[in-house]
Amino acid sequence: MSAAVEHTESATEASHDAHGHEHGHDGHVPKDSYFIKIAIILAVVTALETSTYWWPESLSGVATPALLIMMAIKFFMIVSIFMHLKFDSKVFSFMFYTGLGLAIFVYLVFLFTFQFFRT
Amino acid sequence: MADIAVHDVDHAHTDHGGYDDHAPHATSTGLTNNKLSMWLFLGSECLLFGGLISTYMLYRGRHQTGPGPDQIFDIPLTSVSSFILLMSSLTMVLAVNSAKRKDDRNTSLWLTITALLGALFVGGQVYEFTSFYHEGLGFTTSLFGSSFYTLTGFHGVHVTLGIIMLMVVVFIMQRDRITGDKAEVVELVGLYWHFVDVVWVIIFTLVYLIPS
Repeated sequence: MSAAVEHTESATEASHDAHGHEHGHDGHVPKDSYFIKIAIILAVVTALETSTYWWPESLSGVATPALLIMMAIKFFMIVSIFMHLKFDSKVFSFMFYTGLGLAIFVYLVFLFTFQFFRT
Repeated sequence: MADIAVHDVDHAHTDHGGYDDHAPHATSTGLTNNKLSMWLFLGSECLLFGGLISTYMLYRGRHQTGPGPDQIFDIPLTSVSSFILLMSSLTMVLAVNSAKRKDDRNTSLWLTITALLGALFVGGQVYEFTSFYHEGLGFTTSLFGSSFYTLTGFHGVHVTLGIIMLMVVVFIMQRDRITGDKAEVVELVGLYWHFVDVVWVIIFTLVYLIPS
């Protein structure tokens, strides 16, 4: 994997790891081709999501959990790779995931209060 | 005493998106305040969109006085829009990488392409809203209509603001008026843009694809 790494600034100071990115004094900078691969994966997942629209009625029970899983995969891929959260300080992750966690908690309580999940 | 503490922290954070020892504006956390505040802002935006999405989920079945989601949604069209926005995230990340390489020409190019893809997405949304209106779904037609237009409209406004931010960055880059770290400015706009994309990932699934 370290072959798929490019140096953006200080080539001599950078050290490579096994995730297609480098440790330089300016942080981790994955190569363009790494992001293109991620974008292809995201496009394939989006195509799979869209395909559920034409799935037969008998598969409707599977479609919703599959869609939620694919949504979560896309969400975390964009946030951790495109937004560099995976490569940046954990403080940034804390800031974002605290807001996200709070939002999920508050609005799940809201939906339960209004009996959204009642069958 | 304080200087020593700042110096020690800087050493501990150089590999985590913070400042190195020679950074012009070192902070006590070793992280840039601009980036920290952008992440804090994005965390708070989760609460805004969380409220809008959950309100839509609650009201999406309330459409006795007008068309419902199953009657008006055009999934193939929305899928193309989603794909366009997704690809704009790729062009944005390529712009950020170019900025880190101090390649101003490619940075401007990728930022402009990102803005164009964003404009295409907004154009698709305007087309969608217009066709929904002609099919009888106005803002006050039903609770479904109100919550749908509010949610997707707020998102569309965010995309539009993102396009303006992208074009402003291209404009000031070409005139060499960015006084600080250019790569950081592009990265901050990029964070906002990716967030807008990630919100659409959720909206596309919960609003359009999961049947009510």
